[in-house]
Amino acid sequence: MSYVAYADRDHEQEHHDPDTFITKYIWSQDHKVIAIQYGLTAIFVGLIALGLSAMMRLQLGFPDDFAFINPENYYQFITMHGMIMVIYLLTALFLGGFGNYLIPLMCGSRDMVFPFMNMLSYWVYLLSVIILIASFFVPGGSTGAGWTLYPPQAISPGTPGIDLGILMMLASLAVFIVAFTMGGLNYVTTVLQARCKGMTLMRLPLSVWGIFIATILGLLAFPALLVSAIMMLFDKTLHTSFFMPAISSMGIDPGYTGGSPILFQHLFWFFGHPEVYIVALPAFGIVSDLISTHARKNIFGYRMMVWAIIMIGGLSFIVWAHHMYVSGMNPYFGFFFATTTLIIAVPTAIKVYNWVLTLWEGNIHLRVPMLFSIGFIFTFIHGGLTGLFLGNVTIDLPLSDTYFVVAHFHMVMGVSPVLVVFGAIYHWWPKITGRMYNETLGKWHFWMTFLGTYAIYLPMHYLGFAGVPRRYFAMGNTDFLPDSAQDLNAAITMSALFVAATQILFFVNMIWSLKKGPKSDPNPWDATTLEWQTPDHPPKHGNWGHHLPEVHRWAYDYSVPGYKDDFIPQNVPADAAPAGREHDGDQ
Amino acid sequence: MSEAVLDSGATEAQGTQGLVDDWSRDKQVFGVPWGKAMMWIFLLSDTFIFSCFLVGYMMVRISTTDPWPVPSEVFALTLFGTSIPLVLIAIMTFILITSSGTMALAVNMGYRKDRKKTFWLMVATAALGASFVGMQAFEWTKLISEGVRPWGNPFGAAQFGSSFFMITGFHGLHVSAGVIYLLVIAFRVKNGFYEKHGGNYEIVEITGLYWHFVDLVWVFIFAFFYLW
Repeated sequence: MSYVAYADRDHEQEHHDPDTFITKYIWSQDHKVIAIQYGLTAIFVGLIALGLSAMMRLQLGFPDDFAFINPENYYQFITMHGMIMVIYLLTALFLGGFGNYLIPLMCGSRDMVFPFMNMLSYWVYLLSVIILIASFFVPGGSTGAGWTLYPPQAISPGTPGIDLGILMMLASLAVFIVAFTMGGLNYVTTVLQARCKGMTLMRLPLSVWGIFIATILGLLAFPALLVSAIMMLFDKTLHTSFFMPAISSMGIDPGYTGGSPILFQHLFWFFGHPEVYIVALPAFGIVSDLISTHARKNIFGYRMMVWAIIMIGGLSFIVWAHHMYVSGMNPYFGFFFATTTLIIAVPTAIKVYNWVLTLWEGNIHLRVPMLFSIGFIFTFIHGGLTGLFLGNVTIDLPLSDTYFVVAHFHMVMGVSPVLVVFGAIYHWWPKITGRMYNETLGKWHFWMTFLGTYAIYLPMHYLGFAGVPRRYFAMGNTDFLPDSAQDLNAAITMSALFVAATQILFFVNMIWSLKKGPKSDPNPWDATTLEWQTPDHPPKHGNWGHHLPEVHRWAYDYSVPGYKDDFIPQNVPADAAPAGREHDGDQ
Repeated sequence: MSEAVLDSGATEAQGTQGLVDDWSRDKQVFGVPWGKAMMWIFLLSDTFIFSCFLVGYMMVRISTTDPWPVPSEVFALTLFGTSIPLVLIAIMTFILITSSGTMALAVNMGYRKDRKKTFWLMVATAALGASFVGMQAFEWTKLISEGVRPWGNPFGAAQFGSSFFMITGFHGLHVSAGVIYLLVIAFRVKNGFYEKHGGNYEIVEITGLYWHFVDLVWVFIFAFFYLW
């Protein structure tokens, strides 16, 4: 069936520029404004989560010195820290923030295909954030069930926040999923159906590929979380027994019978593992573009990079039970999930090799975004290698409930994506605001954050090997641990507070830039991708003025021999510049 | 299909490479309106929701230690002095499948730009959908009056009631939303809303996709919950 493509019908559409303050900045349907709204909200809740982690570290480093932190609070801090960081900060920032900003600009579209629903997505997300934050202030406080919310303890007496806290947490998650679905449908459909002339999928910048596949993962994984949230809400409010077995809780029979707590774990991790890649894939994509741009070299093995993203996305759906080795399972299942888990190392290693090979003999400009990208390669390799340990059943069993796991997942899906987030903000800041930031301050921010996070998480591996259990409020009299473990804990806390304080540099830099920063060039990094080629800087509503751009080459024509510049933007016609290396991208 | 644009002198590749080139061609992957593509993707996501519900139901049905009630007895209705198993469900299923038929006709009439027939067929679809929800309400009322609750029931395992209300409730919400969706689109067709916006009636087909999906999901619920 033939159908005139969206891009070819551009002249039929009416473009109404919003003119009032409210339609421009508040009830805006412009993807760029929505992206900034998403970004600011996500960073705001992220700061709350950062504060919570500082409180946890205070308790762990200096037990009993802080009277306002009791065991109940501690578990509430852990839970909210984890949940906010994973879902409300990283998922929302990468997909709602960068996805919204970059997809239409990089694909050469004027906006998302369904701008109204895109706007709705942000406001529903804001509602979920408000419910989440409100749960801090209800009687009993927010839930302290741990970010995995495992039943039966999540809704059994003895866990903090089992009255309203857990209900609001589950409701907030359900609302978030609705918001994500509305946004996610837009991102996927825009990439599929609304690219400009000449923009084939195999010419898309890897940022878009990463965000695109991550969004597909989200659309298929969040349903499992939604279903588990609904079932747990019913267990709590209607006293059904989906997840609750017949148990005696504190000497009282709560009247549940015959449910399966393991069912929750399966549903949760069927969401939870792809969630890791929902956060990681956009980071992979964005870092590829940053490295290529600032090394003035085409990304090594572009097509392999694309296939690796797709493979990782597919594999991420069949590894979830590696989070459940300790729950117990048939050894054949353990074998299966360990195998699939370790297979993921193959496409991931391809990506890491390709980043390093892109740097190889590149014309590396150690600007702030590049520093963060290289920092990411370090932390990601580090977190990835410890993943090989934990993917094996026999090694996972003794390590699973120790700080080794905390170190692993913070390296791989905490620090690594956050470094990319910073790199990406520094990279696209001139495009978003039209102003430059202070380079020196940015470099200080990088070095202090990068070295500081290593000082936090590297010692945690040792603590884990020594057997320090995770999730504990205080270690107490544990004979098998040397006293020096506590010294290390205190040192980690100092580093954590240092890193948290360092982030002030970032905000100072950005606020200074907004007020007094020098005006930036429309394309300060000499980048090839379409978002730097907009007629207005920063891009206005509709992005492209009167005519949509036409793309004639892939996104990585850097340092093409025989051309006057060391970059050829994607919209430069084929007869105006050499063809570049697009067709030997399979190297 | 839109013409492939490869202006850097590449010839059309064969085999797998050709397949990749074809799928990744510029402007759009599928030769369909974006709304239709978006609806398909949404339905894929929704499929995962219902799959999780059904898998969860099967899992608790296996894990519970109490005997599972016999559906053909619980869902029997006494008509004219004889107890007929699953008779109401059979009628409901028949109605929903009939509504898919009227929906398919509406899509056809939409593409023929016969606004009047499209409108009435969509209204008929919505009416059949509404009567399905009505019969579901009757079924719920009957079971509740017999003592079935989400937290327990006199026939056996507590999870029977929990899963029943949760799954049929979630499906019923989908049908109700579909009825509203159908009516909104039907009245827009009637008012000539789409004449002012390019005069194409793809939206009827997009609505139809959703409706057929809700129908298909019911077939699975019917098979796994009532017939098992």
